[in-house]
Amino acid sequence: MTSENIESIVNRRYEHGFVTDIETESLPPGLDEGVVRAISARKNEPEFMLEWRLQAYRQWLEMAEPEWAHLHYPPVKFNEISYYAAPKSDADRPKSLDEVDPKLLETYDKLGIPLHERARLAGVAVDAVFDSVSVATTFKDKLSEAGVIFCSFSEAVREHPELVKKYLGSVVPRRDNFYAALNSAVFSDGSFVYIPKGVRCPMELSTYFRINAANTGQFERTLIIADEGSHVSYLEGCTAPMRDENQLHAAVVELVALEGAEIKYSTVQNWYPGDENGVGGIYNFVTKRGDCRGANSKISWTQVETGSAITWKYPSCLLRGENSVGEFYSVAVANNMQQADTGTKMIHIGANTSSTIVSKGISAGKAQNAYRGLVKVMPQAHGARNHTQCDSLLIGKECGAHTFPYMEIKNPSARIEHEATTSKISADQLFYCRQRGISEEDAVNMIVNGFCKEVFKELPMEFAVEAQALLNVSLEGAVG
Amino acid sequence: MLEINNLKSRVGDSDILRGLSLSVNAGEVHAIMGPNGSGKSTLAQVIAGHEDYVVTGGDVQYQGKDLLDLKPEERAREGIFLGFQYPVEIPGVNNAYLLKAAVNAKRKHQGLGEVDAFEFLKLAREKMAALGMDPKFLNRGVNEGFSGGEKKRNEILQMAMLEPSLAILDETDSGLDIDALKAVAQGVNTLRGPDRAIILITHYQRLLDYIEPDFVHVLSEGRIIRSGDKTLALELEEKGYEWVREAASA
Repeated sequence: MTSENIESIVNRRYEHGFVTDIETESLPPGLDEGVVRAISARKNEPEFMLEWRLQAYRQWLEMAEPEWAHLHYPPVKFNEISYYAAPKSDADRPKSLDEVDPKLLETYDKLGIPLHERARLAGVAVDAVFDSVSVATTFKDKLSEAGVIFCSFSEAVREHPELVKKYLGSVVPRRDNFYAALNSAVFSDGSFVYIPKGVRCPMELSTYFRINAANTGQFERTLIIADEGSHVSYLEGCTAPMRDENQLHAAVVELVALEGAEIKYSTVQNWYPGDENGVGGIYNFVTKRGDCRGANSKISWTQVETGSAITWKYPSCLLRGENSVGEFYSVAVANNMQQADTGTKMIHIGANTSSTIVSKGISAGKAQNAYRGLVKVMPQAHGARNHTQCDSLLIGKECGAHTFPYMEIKNPSARIEHEATTSKISADQLFYCRQRGISEEDAVNMIVNGFCKEVFKELPMEFAVEAQALLNVSLEGAVG
Repeated sequence: MLEINNLKSRVGDSDILRGLSLSVNAGEVHAIMGPNGSGKSTLAQVIAGHEDYVVTGGDVQYQGKDLLDLKPEERAREGIFLGFQYPVEIPGVNNAYLLKAAVNAKRKHQGLGEVDAFEFLKLAREKMAALGMDPKFLNRGVNEGFSGGEKKRNEILQMAMLEPSLAILDETDSGLDIDALKAVAQGVNTLRGPDRAIILITHYQRLLDYIEPDFVHVLSEGRIIRSGDKTLALELEEKGYEWVREAASA
């Protein structure tokens, strides 16, 4: 491949890098108890919530940023970040889509998620988080007929405090880690889902996250509870506009699956990755954890990560219930100067629990891509099984792939398998395809998509198409 | 169809082709023979457009176009097919998928619509049956875990599906057992026709027992030092390359 060709493709502009010009109301940069109180007050939260936040804040102050990840970045200046930004019309929030600021809707259109049309056509209910406030929720009525609660986190705090009190922090405790504690103190909004006993959620639920305001951290919080015998599939998509400054995203996602329940959580993450010199981009420090609390429950994480300057993310499963099942399917792409340290943790606690890990890491440009995974089998977890498959694909000569598998096996009956491969897209493969009349870009896409096939097939159909397109945009021809 | 004139090419620091000229017309089958390192494979790679093989002199006309101006994929879409000596494995990419993409790339170039999936599969299965290939190969990764013979049959399958104007087979016969050799030869003979030309690169007379060439050329040190009809191959088999070299330098 010619070098101009590579450059023109690698230098392709980030397609979602537009800024929506609407008035936002932000808190001044910096963090102290006053900010935590202000966030809570602005959201009219009950006392218990404020107290919870304050405790988290105090715990956070005593904690240190983790340094063990295979990531290099200048220290985050937590006092230069604004911890809250909401579209201005917060006081009279829209009651329906018709009342939503048209500019906001336009933003969603550009992202390819017109709430009116596409959501209805696709049968997807979207809870769109724009900066920190959830602006519109569709399909609420249809869902409430089934008894499903799908609303913004703020609303859940007000309308369903008993559920929030019972489950918030029960999977990811406030002081679980530095970023989780920070999120617990200042989280501004997010999604809340409750699926009642025996209910199969009638549609796929979806949230689209987007960071718009400059210098704003986005700290969303998602809590999904699947009661006994219920089933839900949840989709999360993320984008952010182009900015020269780095933006911080520190989310927490907690999933609870009770007996016989199943949660499928799919993410397509396309945060702004920074430019080819590593300027700008999102710092994505996210804690995602699912708790298979009941017997025969199942939690499945599927993620396609193409964005962010830095990704630090380990969607995990606590397999507490007997026969519970945890799955993690991941495609992580790092191009240019991107760095990713991502993987999963499967903690086998109950008997006959099983887990599957399929991780596909793709590195191009000068990117560094690390898989970090822990499989832990507790002494009481008789008959636990894990299969891990961890594959890396390198494109070009300057990138790196790293695999850090950890295993802590405390029960001798466990059956643990780990397979790992590293491969390269070779010049010979590309030439072979080109000799058959296939362009270089198409050849790279073909090879990359072939590499990711096992993960893509886990995504809901509509998302799989989007993921594939996204991957093509992120990588097309990034061959050296 | 193909006019090669005083072609010079280098790989890295070594000059491989040193003024090679060859003329191939539609309907003809040419065999190119020669000792190791004489430039046979280099010639194939240069015609296909591999970027590691730098052309340092001469020109190549293909169907009235300057071939060296075209990218490898453009050459392929214009009807040039190279059967590789060592077909590469592309794990994860379905064999049928690659084949269909290749067929469609060519059809698009010709201003035709994409091939119907049903028709495509039907045709592919027919061609595979003729080559003695199990249809399950369609659903495997491209050449992934194929034996040497399976890879070569797969090359011939691709050739049969793409129906090239000019097919160059680079030592397609090497490492084949007699059944595979016959199947490959039959695939090539099926393709023979007044509108097509075939260049066979081979070490051995053996292949030429099954595919009868119109011309045989002997390549040595980057040049064609002798050309003749099929009897030249037999003579070579008997007397060895040294004989031609000596005759050429005499």
